[in-house]
Amino acid sequence: MSSYWAILSARFRSLLQYRAAALAGLMTQVFWGLIRVMIFQAFYRSSNAEQPMSGSDVETYIWLGQAFLAALPWNVDTDLRAMIRTGGIGYELVRPVDLYSYWFSRALAWRTAPMLMRAVPLLVFAFVLMGMSPPVSLGAGLAFAVSMCAAIMLSAAMTTFLNVTMLWTIAGDGVMQLTFGLIMIFSGMLVPLPLFPDWSQPVINAMPFRGLVDTPYRLYLGHIPLSEFAGVLAHQLFWIMAFLIAGRIAMASALRKVVVQGG
Amino acid sequence: MSGVLDSLYVYRRFLGVSLRSQMQYKASFLMQLAGRLLVNSGELIAIFVLFDRFGSIGGWNVYQVAFLYGIVNVSFAVADAMSTGFDLFGDMVKSGDFDRILTRPRSTVLQLGGQELTLRRISRLTPGIAALVFAAMNLELDWSLANSGLLLLSVAGGAALFAGLIVLQATLAFWTTETLELMNALTYGGVETTQYPINIYRPWFRNFFTFGVPLATVSYFPSLAIMGVPDPLGTPLWFQYLAPLIGIGFLLASLQVWRFGVRRYMSTGS
Repeated sequence: MSSYWAILSARFRSLLQYRAAALAGLMTQVFWGLIRVMIFQAFYRSSNAEQPMSGSDVETYIWLGQAFLAALPWNVDTDLRAMIRTGGIGYELVRPVDLYSYWFSRALAWRTAPMLMRAVPLLVFAFVLMGMSPPVSLGAGLAFAVSMCAAIMLSAAMTTFLNVTMLWTIAGDGVMQLTFGLIMIFSGMLVPLPLFPDWSQPVINAMPFRGLVDTPYRLYLGHIPLSEFAGVLAHQLFWIMAFLIAGRIAMASALRKVVVQGG
Repeated sequence: MSGVLDSLYVYRRFLGVSLRSQMQYKASFLMQLAGRLLVNSGELIAIFVLFDRFGSIGGWNVYQVAFLYGIVNVSFAVADAMSTGFDLFGDMVKSGDFDRILTRPRSTVLQLGGQELTLRRISRLTPGIAALVFAAMNLELDWSLANSGLLLLSVAGGAALFAGLIVLQATLAFWTTETLELMNALTYGGVETTQYPINIYRPWFRNFFTFGVPLATVSYFPSLAIMGVPDPLGTPLWFQYLAPLIGIGFLLASLQVWRFGVRRYMSTGS
């Protein structure tokens, strides 16, 4: 655990060195959020049919998505990739920590630090200027907080799993691209999941990706009632465990026949 | 004339080398292609999902929006594939690699444009073309010479406009030695914006993408003319036909700014 805090604070300090880049990223996301909000507003103006989610709920969902975007498992750890390519991975193997836990802590810090940097200013902006609504109740707010923590754990578990696959592929771009495509479509980042066709809902609900975005946001909106909180949290925890176990098995089998590149 | 032919020959050789090197890692390459295809089809899937729920947007149906999506994405794919070198330009300035390019007896634009044609960048073409075909099959368009010509012109104008944006973004690196993420808001954000009809947006935003970064002139306006739909914003037909030329003008202007930047370039010296 202490190694986790050390990594997290190091990551924070290095991120804070690039304030201009952080500001540029923030403005990009505000711009992006505005485009998406206007598109959805236009869709809601164009139809009188009853929708599974209200227009104002969708707007809040979009701003939450922009605020917590950096928490998504959208890339592999480039430092680890460089190590695997150059042979620096040899040093990782001799560290006096459990390698898998260490990589997981690393992934957790890697996701948390940039997310916190962007989430706070973006949420302030959305609340003050864009009319984003607060959690529907105190209970919903707490459920959101717990579920968001689970979402970040899930993201870190997926990231670690993807990092481990690099031990085989070296590049990792292919697996990453495929996963990223699935996340974009089935997490709710592109279109809030309740708006997907009714026949597709059972499949979408079974997949792990909703746990990254859709589950916490809908708890926040009260769109998933508190009575279902335990069930959706169990879904998130199940997939966290699944990725952690799969990653650990994959790493163990990779390390049995590891070839350290370079010399 | 022989200068142009020579440039084309060199450009083709650059691309050949780049493609052959990527094919060396076949499995990784195929997975990347599949993944990119999925990522780039995401927006198109979103369009189908949303139209399934809402039926129309601002008076446009799913076929008309698919047509817009097709024009914008094919344009961007072409521009993106031709300007990878400009994309990576910030790193070249930082490392001093740009100095090497300046010493070679070919223009900087040709060398950077032919830098690397990453196949994965072409993956954006597929959903774009699929959307255009899907739209054309359902829209009963009049494929007169004028309309076919206008479609080609608007894709060419769109590619030129996106290429111009990428060149401008790279030019900034002469001063900042850093390519700015903010400019991505204009390229990727522009694709996102103009794959939907521009009349759905608030006026300030619409004006920004018509007069500031004139992406609407290469997609929205010519599409109206091709589909034979009167513009809810009230522009005349002749304007809709000529609008894509603005994209080509934008690229020419960007290249002038680029040349100005090259003349003022000071190496980082490393």
